Amino acid sequence: MASALVNVPAKARRGDIIEIKTLMSHVMETGYRHMASGELVPRDIITSFTCRFNGSEIFRADLFPAIAANPFITFFTTATASGKFEFEWIGDQGFSETASASITVE
Amino acid sequence: MRFASVIAIALLVAGSAFAAEIPQAERRSGYDFMKPDTKAMQDEDTANPGMLWVLDGEGLWKRKAGAASKACADCHDDARTSMQGVAARYPALDKATGRPIDLEQRINSCRTNQQQATPLPFESRELLALTAFVARQSKGAAIETGSDPQLTPFLAKGRDLYMQRQGQLNLGCTNCHDDNWDKRLAGSAITQGHPTGYPLYRLEWQSLGSLQRRLRACITGIRAQAYDYGAPELVELELYVMSRARGMPMEAPAVRP
Repeated sequence: MASALVNVPAKARRGDIIEIKTLMSHVMETGYRHMASGELVPRDIITSFTCRFNGSEIFRADLFPAIAANPFITFFTTATASGKFEFEWIGDQGFSETASASITVE
Repeated sequence: MRFASVIAIALLVAGSAFAAEIPQAERRSGYDFMKPDTKAMQDEDTANPGMLWVLDGEGLWKRKAGAASKACADCHDDARTSMQGVAARYPALDKATGRPIDLEQRINSCRTNQQQATPLPFESRELLALTAFVARQSKGAAIETGSDPQLTPFLAKGRDLYMQRQGQLNLGCTNCHDDNWDKRLAGSAITQGHPTGYPLYRLEWQSLGSLQRRLRACITGIRAQAYDYGAPELVELELYVMSRARGMPMEAPAVRP
């Protein structure tokens, strides 16, 4: 039941600095914890987050253990043109989620 | 003789000062005790991780389940209107059993009786998601729990439990949450213990959790044996602490440190 929450301003003026906020649902199991039986809990984290604007990559983050569950990633960018932001989260055990949001620049 | 009566009066004064409930005007939500960054997290829907459960709950609300193949939405329609203010009245009296039940138990009773599905386990992702989705529809509504006169005996039992010292540390809820709420414990604010935002996202848990989970954690903290999930005592305690917060606005899903 993974789901993402993305906050991109719907409108901006050309040259404005805008903040993009993303929240992804994920347990972020570190891979360092043990079960009661002594076995290691397998690592299950998001390893990479990318944001593309109109097809070209504008932001990327590599994630590691010891990042909180449900990671909240925000960053700033300059509004240059109208278009579509595409977000992608990739992780262990075949985890892959996408989301998108559009912006109108005047 | 005079000395003894002075002591007696002093004890009376101290006794009344310590057992006093927090006056209406001085009641503060746990939100008030938080740092600005945690407040900001709760205030914005796209930054509040609790909203992830609300989104899941919205999906579950529409999904058919059980032998009856009914979804919540088939009877209750749009939760935005049908569930408005509902969470602000829970725990409420269950007519079938004549006992108070909390929102999680109400959802499970609907599942077993109406949908003819298996009840969801306490603290399971599905149950928390549905509860969060229903509770979210009451955001801003004033808490009314305990106004039903039939709940009076259960409220009294819950209050007794709240006042009663227990565990190896020999503490009652009241010793912290009425007497010392303006102080700190190991660097954390003690708070008045008003459950205005459950189910809520606790940073310590890295997850959403129910009021029962919170109460069990507190009971374990005073080194007493915690009641099982769904135990009548725990529901009575929930009922009393919710009624203490009567008139305060609902915040679910809240964020707490």
